[in-house]
Amino acid sequence: MYKIVSKRQLNSVVTMLEVEAPFIARKAQAGQFIIFRVDEFGERIPLTIADYDREKGTITVIFQGVGKSTRMLAAKEVGDTILDFVGPLGKATEIEGFKKVCVVGGGVGCAIAYPSAKALFDNGAQVDIIAGFRNKDIVILEDEMKAVSNRLFLTTDDGSYGIKGFVTNQLKSLIDAGNNYDLVIAIGPVIMMKMVAEVTRPYGIKTIVSLNPIMIDGTGMCGGCRVTVGGEIKFACVHGPDFDGHQVDFDELMRRNTFYKKQELAELDHVCRIGLEVKEDA
Amino acid sequence: MPNMSLKKVPMPEQDPEVRNKNFSEVTLGYTPEMAIEEATRCLNCKNKPCVAGCPVCVKIPEFITKVAAGEFEEAFDIIKTTNCLPAVCGRVCPQESQCEEKCVRAIKGESVGIGRLERFVADYHMANSQAAPVVPASNGHKVAVIGAGPAGLTCASDLALLGYKVTIFEAFHMPGGVLVYGIPEFRLPKALVQKEIENLKVLGVEIMTNMVIGKVLSIDELFEEDFEAVFIGSGAGLPTFMKIPGENLIGVYSANEYLTRANLMKAYDNQYDTPIRNSKAVAVVGGGNVAMDAARTAKRLGAEKVYIVYRRSEAEMPARAEEEHHAKEEGIIFKNLNNPVSILGGENGEVTGMECVEMTLGEPDASGRRRPIEKAGSNFVLDIDTAIIAIGTSPNPLIRNTTAGLDTNNWGCIVADDKMATSRKGVYAGGDTVTGAATVILAMGAGKTAAQSIDEYIKGL
Repeated sequence: MYKIVSKRQLNSVVTMLEVEAPFIARKAQAGQFIIFRVDEFGERIPLTIADYDREKGTITVIFQGVGKSTRMLAAKEVGDTILDFVGPLGKATEIEGFKKVCVVGGGVGCAIAYPSAKALFDNGAQVDIIAGFRNKDIVILEDEMKAVSNRLFLTTDDGSYGIKGFVTNQLKSLIDAGNNYDLVIAIGPVIMMKMVAEVTRPYGIKTIVSLNPIMIDGTGMCGGCRVTVGGEIKFACVHGPDFDGHQVDFDELMRRNTFYKKQELAELDHVCRIGLEVKEDA
Repeated sequence: MPNMSLKKVPMPEQDPEVRNKNFSEVTLGYTPEMAIEEATRCLNCKNKPCVAGCPVCVKIPEFITKVAAGEFEEAFDIIKTTNCLPAVCGRVCPQESQCEEKCVRAIKGESVGIGRLERFVADYHMANSQAAPVVPASNGHKVAVIGAGPAGLTCASDLALLGYKVTIFEAFHMPGGVLVYGIPEFRLPKALVQKEIENLKVLGVEIMTNMVIGKVLSIDELFEEDFEAVFIGSGAGLPTFMKIPGENLIGVYSANEYLTRANLMKAYDNQYDTPIRNSKAVAVVGGGNVAMDAARTAKRLGAEKVYIVYRRSEAEMPARAEEEHHAKEEGIIFKNLNNPVSILGGENGEVTGMECVEMTLGEPDASGRRRPIEKAGSNFVLDIDTAIIAIGTSPNPLIRNTTAGLDTNNWGCIVADDKMATSRKGVYAGGDTVTGAATVILAMGAGKTAAQSIDEYIKGL
């Protein structure tokens, strides 16, 4: 059992939990993930490690309540426990040897982009962050991202906060303005990562994306998380989750992520009736 | 005077048309009367050929003599001296190619039903005995076991009986390895596996779940934590795909994923949240026990048509005859001498069919089995919405990639000698991680040998 030691509601649907997991905290690195199982009946769901505290022995995860399991996790309070919490899984983000980096986060993906930006920033790289959200109400981690970047460009689709427009436009104008990035990291919805990779492709800028496909064990055993990268099958859990964005078959990934869509919609209906929806006032 | 019947006492089973719609155990087990009757078929041979066929050397004639006398608890005590998982072995061991193959009664007629009797004794004990196992005195030495599957559990059990303080590190949230994620409930009830594992805990074995060695701790760090020896029994969990077009379509599973969803995550039970595809027509590629398990699971989950697509003929099929027989009874359709060429998908990326080609058998290949050859122009399409690839697995690289000086072969298997010692001092390995995918009982045999070697190694320190 893994105890929740702190909780913060970042917006109406995004929750931050700090969980006691001393073994994982000792080893965790930016870019790695954990798998949780909320209770005996729960699914195994992967979440990227947003932060860790080696001394306190805690792992922080940030997630959006989208399916039954993440909603049930969001309903947990400080002092409650999570049945299973395993990690750190996957490979860490490569941070060595980069001088100037642009980290692009989209929505809740900013929670995953944040630790990578922090690791690069702490390692001495110059870091620009572009963080995109649909509107002002769902902006998360603004102060945290500011603290681990030289410049933070916050965009909203509707212009209700920061710069109006998409992250891709902002990235392109930064590149065109002469910012010589030697690495772009893009983390967010699959479609955003695909578009970012298209922006950087003509410039030949190395672009890393973090993939979060459906998986069970997270150790290479089920093969459910397979993605096509450079024409080869890779398992996101052990070969990734970071991959070369110019090589990933994003369309296939988007299709595969709808594997259980119909069944999940039916499940969600069921959950709502027993009152596990995320509290709107939180 | 022994019972000279040429046939085993028949095993009661659920009717095929009933059981292919439920997940309860297929075979129901002997009654005490049936067990005694079957036990009297044993000739109690002096040279005990059956024991030589058993990887864990169960004292077969001795325990069967006790069964014949109706002394079931005594029979259990005899089995337990060499086998920590009798209820499991009695169900899933390929007895027909081990103990029973060597049985003198098999020369004329059927062998003694050794597996059935072992199962009966284990089940009888579980149902009737309240006696707690005797906990051995501690010898103060610590051993780490990686993986709570058949190899690891056996190694841990034998070491615990010798007084070692054993900690098992398991990657999944539940111990059991292939016994819980792979073999279906209808062949091996999970409650029974957990009960066998509980017995290990009573012996003082600690099981830490959610610990992926190679990630959360390395083998070197285990030695820093004062473990004096390490046994690696991490299995062969990495699924092999066919590398044919369409393998990433929605509706294509590795057998590992399909079975893990159904067995470990209990997707067949509505109370559990893990989803599994609602399939109408399923093709399972492969001819081993895993393929049979996947096909029979798909049938139980409601698929109307379930095919086994296997590129050789029935004679070469690696599955146990019993599994194949049960699958056929349950309505699984065997498409032998057929090989998939590609998996076809519709606009939304979902599986709509499997293109196959017919095969004929040529000269024997390196495995000694006749090599399948494509019949040109014989391609046809099987209408399916789900494909399950069950063509094998290989060892997981997480440990070999994080352990310096641990020798592995070209297939990624850890190299171990006949004492199960690896190239690293104090590190032993056994089971599928050494042999590649094999059987529960061979893994148990390896775990047993390793326990003995570890005992000798630590005593010599």
